[in-house]
Amino acid sequence: MALREPPLAAAHDARGAQTTEFGGWAMPVEFDSIRTEHESVRESAGKFDVSHMGEIEVSGPDAAELLGRLTTNDVSAPDPGNAQYAMITDTEGTILDDTVIYRLPETHDADFLFVPNAGHDEEMEDRWTTHRDEWELDATVDNRTEEYAMFAVQGPDAVELVASAADDANATADADEPLADLGRFSATDATVADVDCLAARTGYTGEDGLELIVPWDGAEAVWEAFDCQPCGLGARDTLRIEAGFLLSGQDFHHEENPRNPFEADVGFAVDLDTEFVGRDALAQVAEPGPDERFVGFELETRGVPRHGYDITDSEGTTIGTVTSGTMSPTLSTPVGMGYVPTEYAEPGTAVSVRVRGEPKEARTRALPFLER
Amino acid sequence: MSFEIPDELRYMESHEWADREDGTARIGISDFAQDELGDIVFVEFPEEGEEITHDEEFGVVESIKAVSDLYSPVSGTVTATNDALLDAPELVNDDPYGEGWMLEVDLDDADDLDDLLDADAYRNQIE
Repeated sequence: MALREPPLAAAHDARGAQTTEFGGWAMPVEFDSIRTEHESVRESAGKFDVSHMGEIEVSGPDAAELLGRLTTNDVSAPDPGNAQYAMITDTEGTILDDTVIYRLPETHDADFLFVPNAGHDEEMEDRWTTHRDEWELDATVDNRTEEYAMFAVQGPDAVELVASAADDANATADADEPLADLGRFSATDATVADVDCLAARTGYTGEDGLELIVPWDGAEAVWEAFDCQPCGLGARDTLRIEAGFLLSGQDFHHEENPRNPFEADVGFAVDLDTEFVGRDALAQVAEPGPDERFVGFELETRGVPRHGYDITDSEGTTIGTVTSGTMSPTLSTPVGMGYVPTEYAEPGTAVSVRVRGEPKEARTRALPFLER
Repeated sequence: MSFEIPDELRYMESHEWADREDGTARIGISDFAQDELGDIVFVEFPEEGEEITHDEEFGVVESIKAVSDLYSPVSGTVTATNDALLDAPELVNDDPYGEGWMLEVDLDDADDLDDLLDADAYRNQIE
């Protein structure tokens, strides 16, 4: 099957980006060097094309109820212009995907927008429409994934960079809410390079920054409006590991590594006072707590932990698996994340990671690796 | 993009190079290989005195994004290792034919190098 491409595929190619398949999309993995891109985001600013992320709009009188019943958090909580992180679980409480839900500003026709991960948009569209019909709710569900590009501008200078680009474009227009004052997990309308965008103070790097949802045909103008390092999925991965963020499909996978939100250490995104698919199963887990937990660890001997490597106890018995790992460019130490039995989860516990058959001493660590 | 491919070296299809000295060879990975791998963060190779065999794995090079096995262009006994790479593996990116060398090997059979690609043949392979 042909890979889906972001609107800037040709522009990225001309810029010399290497591309990779990710969730059915051909996306830039590296523009210059992962280390260069990573450091730009930690020290100043970098821009990411994340148009592989899905965009699904939900509207109508029962939109909030439909979203509320299909996601784990309290969707009635955010006001218009606010966003929320939530998990999507099955009846067993197993994570199908994670998402950010935007309650759109009142200037929009649609009520809600949620962002599933790459390759999950069609599955989520089906899930939403099937349940809507089964529950006889009055809501429309529009998969707009190939109508919107999405960019993340991240780093200590990112908000100012976007705000100044937006201010220039808005010089003669009505003043929008200043992007610089936008609260964390809030979203607002912004005009950048004459293109109307939704700008949200969200991200996936552990840095301050904004994510922009941009009409497909305005993508190039907006992308070019920010004079900063272009970054690929390689740097996105090292940055999000340092920040301790889960990657859908890798740190949890519905079939290959089924996990519930309490195991995955995202219990904060579960509101058991709401009714949702999987709620009863998760209520059973919440009180005793999960048997296994998602933890960070740092290797104390040379080697790089990678997805799929065994985590063992000090006697060599396998107790878990590495789900993500890298040589941290910021900390210059090998770090990873994975699931271990709860008795090993206390930060500082000695474990080992088997790197190509060789046990490497490691110690569990609280996430995130990098405090900002 | 053009890569540096010194004429005096011999190359493996798997991108290792060998530099013939008198009865010995110095080995490493090519400019093309370091560029493909990206930021190198870890190199693992045998210690002095160990035997390595032509066409067989002798170590591993890891970049941030990938792990690659290293294949030996020659057979022989390791006489020196570039221990600077243990603390500064990025030397392989910066100077793959110079400070990024990996091992020096006392050759079992100097003719091993004749089976390797010359610079033109290697250039044709990667272009």
